[in-house]
Amino acid sequence: MDNANDANNAPEAEDQLKGVGCSRKRKEDARFIQGKGNYVDDIKMPGMLFADMVRSPYAHARIKSINKEKALALPGVHAVLTADDLKPLNLHWMPTLAGDVQAVLADEKVHFQYQEVAVVVADNRYIAADAIELVEVEYEELPVLVDAHKAMDEDAPVLREDLVGKMDGAHSKRVHDNHIFNWQAGDKDATDRVFEQAEVTVKQDMYYPRVHPSPLETCGCVASFDKVNEHLTVYITSQAPHVVRTVVSMLSGIPESKVRIVSPDIGGGFGNKVGVYPGYVVSIVASIVLGVPVKWVENRMEHLSTTAFARDYHMTGEIAADSEGHIKALRVNVLADHGAFDACADPSKFPAGLMHICTGSYDVPVAHLNVDGVYTNKAPGGVAYRCSFRVTEAVYVIERTMDVLAQKLGIDKAEIRRRNFIKAEQFPYETALGWEIDSGDYHTALDKVLEACDYEGLRREQQEKREKGELMGIGLVTFTEIVGAGPTRNCDILGVGMFDSAEIRVHPTGSVIARMGTITQGQGHQTTYAQIIASELGIPSDEISIEEGDTDTAPYGLGTYGSRSTPVGGAATAVAARKIRAKAQKIAAHLLEVSEQDLEWDVDRFKVKGVPGQEKTMKEIAWAAYNDRPEGMEPGLEAVDYYDPPNFTYPFGTYLCVVDIDKYTGVTKVRRFYALDDCGTRINPMIIEGQIHGGLNEGFAVAMGQELPFDEQGNILGNTLMDYFIPTFVETPTWETDYTVTPSPHHPIGAKGVAESPHVGSIPTFTSAIVDAFSHLGTTHLDMPHNAYRLWKHIRELDLDKRS
Amino acid sequence: MAKHHISFNLNGKPVEALVEPRELLVHTIRENIQLTGTHIGCETSHCGVCTVDLNGKSVKSCTLLAVQADGGDVLTVEGLASAEGLHAVQQAFVEEHGLQCGFCTPAMLVRAYRFLQDNPDPSEEEIRWGMSGNLCRCTGYQNIIKAVQSAAKKLQQA
Repeated sequence: MDNANDANNAPEAEDQLKGVGCSRKRKEDARFIQGKGNYVDDIKMPGMLFADMVRSPYAHARIKSINKEKALALPGVHAVLTADDLKPLNLHWMPTLAGDVQAVLADEKVHFQYQEVAVVVADNRYIAADAIELVEVEYEELPVLVDAHKAMDEDAPVLREDLVGKMDGAHSKRVHDNHIFNWQAGDKDATDRVFEQAEVTVKQDMYYPRVHPSPLETCGCVASFDKVNEHLTVYITSQAPHVVRTVVSMLSGIPESKVRIVSPDIGGGFGNKVGVYPGYVVSIVASIVLGVPVKWVENRMEHLSTTAFARDYHMTGEIAADSEGHIKALRVNVLADHGAFDACADPSKFPAGLMHICTGSYDVPVAHLNVDGVYTNKAPGGVAYRCSFRVTEAVYVIERTMDVLAQKLGIDKAEIRRRNFIKAEQFPYETALGWEIDSGDYHTALDKVLEACDYEGLRREQQEKREKGELMGIGLVTFTEIVGAGPTRNCDILGVGMFDSAEIRVHPTGSVIARMGTITQGQGHQTTYAQIIASELGIPSDEISIEEGDTDTAPYGLGTYGSRSTPVGGAATAVAARKIRAKAQKIAAHLLEVSEQDLEWDVDRFKVKGVPGQEKTMKEIAWAAYNDRPEGMEPGLEAVDYYDPPNFTYPFGTYLCVVDIDKYTGVTKVRRFYALDDCGTRINPMIIEGQIHGGLNEGFAVAMGQELPFDEQGNILGNTLMDYFIPTFVETPTWETDYTVTPSPHHPIGAKGVAESPHVGSIPTFTSAIVDAFSHLGTTHLDMPHNAYRLWKHIRELDLDKRS
Repeated sequence: MAKHHISFNLNGKPVEALVEPRELLVHTIRENIQLTGTHIGCETSHCGVCTVDLNGKSVKSCTLLAVQADGGDVLTVEGLASAEGLHAVQQAFVEEHGLQCGFCTPAMLVRAYRFLQDNPDPSEEEIRWGMSGNLCRCTGYQNIIKAVQSAAKKLQQA
């Protein structure tokens, strides 16, 4: 290969790489725009049967009998399984991600409405749907508990009879049969002392309603057990396929090497597809029992009713401050409604996840956080919905309480934040709750947003509108996220530490394949990981293939959620590539007959320092790695890295929102939403912006319309898209985005992760804007969702809707 | 249950199927004819990921009986590209980053195709209303709007 002609074309070579910083078009789009995506429901196997669930109409009831006869008599029905059928296999209960257990099929009693009671396996989905109607279940209704505040009353019905007398709990002592855990962080005594002596204190109760991530693809799987080879293959909607393999192996007794889990294309995850659901387990059991592939795909109503809720947190935020608004202490109390089984997605060491980060972007000297988890007759909850293990709740409570403090002191909400920010020179900064925030520059971000939006002008306009009796609100939030779980000392799932992995192979011709322990659900991994490798190895992105999601080929990894792909998987990618480059340098030295120290790296080649024209490109080196290498060196050019991050990463942002509220109808118009994010090094700005748009839209949905309420009998109200609010093109505001760049000091390329920030940051911003519209009338807080009916009721209470 | 023999044009080619009277068109397309681009998301006509084009109109194939397509013309995402290459709406979705997980995308494209046939020069407001039967959870819609605008321009120039 002759490269003499391109000795001086480094800038051009860099362009061809499409490396870090390039808005490279997505590789994955080609299949999706032609209908060639491969989602779980697209998987078809010869002889495949279809499973459907019999579900409980009651929220709390004892199962007196189950009669399968009529269902089994229906032509095309192959099996009807209940908890009694799973008992001999010890699969009628399964471990949850939070140290609890959950009934796979209701075992003697049901704990929430639509709980799985039996599974029918039939020739096709129509026959299965017919058959579930023929399974006769006799129930005896029991008293229902839906109010988390009453869960620990003396006369509250005992929900989890399997736990009676077991007061140790997975995370702490339990103090009541319906208590799950008490978890505390910080210094309670010191915090209480500051509150007693503080010049100013504020206290705000708030409820973060139960919502649902509801990706457009529901959950499902195709399980296929090969009886001859004792090999189990499962295609599954999972954000964490390797962990699923480990758990399936542990539960079934099939060696892990004979279990293959494949996450093909996933139609949106948002945290919803981290956990293991009964449908997955029963499909696997049915395939083992029947010896043929079994598919289970839930419908939307099943998904909204039973598959991992988020939030449902009753929170109280308190701040002690001086009269100038400088924070002296923070106190947060939370009652967490986790439903009937604690299926919360958490790193096991934190029962309420990273609510630890509730000190936010502020220099808080002392703080205390107290969380109690309780059982109710609702579906198992606590999924980390587009956030890192409850950081959404943490940001909401601190940002809302900061606004209340600003209001009480008559200080502008931008100014009070500026006064309390951790300063740029204080990083790395250790918070009162024990986290080391790696980097940040909050003042710059805030100032940039205030200027871009003409904050002063908006405040003047608001004043004029108030004089005319119109309702205009300005929301402002400055948040710090904690993502990239995580250091294995802090984070594990069922005992498996949360590292991640990359395996990179450079072929003789210089094309590359990399396999990852993460799994994309729309984040564009195929595109961005290739950009990291391109920059590290000097090989064009277009010649780099990325594969994920197949446990037979990918190295072990903990998956994609909690914005961990770039902070952990991306770091593994960079480190693995650097291992390859180090070997390449040795080969280059051999080829150029110089010592390694005489070489310098330049975009895509090693050059001999000070000798123009003496150089070897990465492609030449790749060829040589297989054919002409130093004596004693093993052939090949590949590396694997299992990366255990030294710390989390801490992206941050400043969001501003302007709303106009119609005082006769309560209808809100979001006039402006400006989001500035700092996610450190930006790998693909196009993809980053796209993810921010999507996160903002989901935040808009949560703040302005979503809730899943229950009546007193535990009936879930609104579990179809007729009732559950998912914004369409029409309601959705126009998003404006901006950025600053503060690289993470410990990440190999300085990247922090971004896709959750817009969700975490936007939700309190909307509430801040809505409350701001009424703040001159004494309103300090309004609970979500801020739909027109609820706002209209508030307007009525304030007597604002009278026509003069 | 007695089955009906139906035939229709799918993406310009004649197809036949034996279907139960209650069988939904989306299942005929996905299970019987084995085209996977048309997806199932809600089964109540709300999310739009099953949208196909039937006799020149966008329909939700998850709540339409297969027998209703008998004798008709059906277009799915698989029929958008031609021998000359991708359709302008497909190109535009890639160029403007109008997709992420890709689950809503095939139906979004089929709807955009029909919408631009009906309204070749739409305003942003018209795009928002015209596309509002199709939900997306990933993109926040903004880049899809840009893609539809961009495709409209390209189609007008063609």
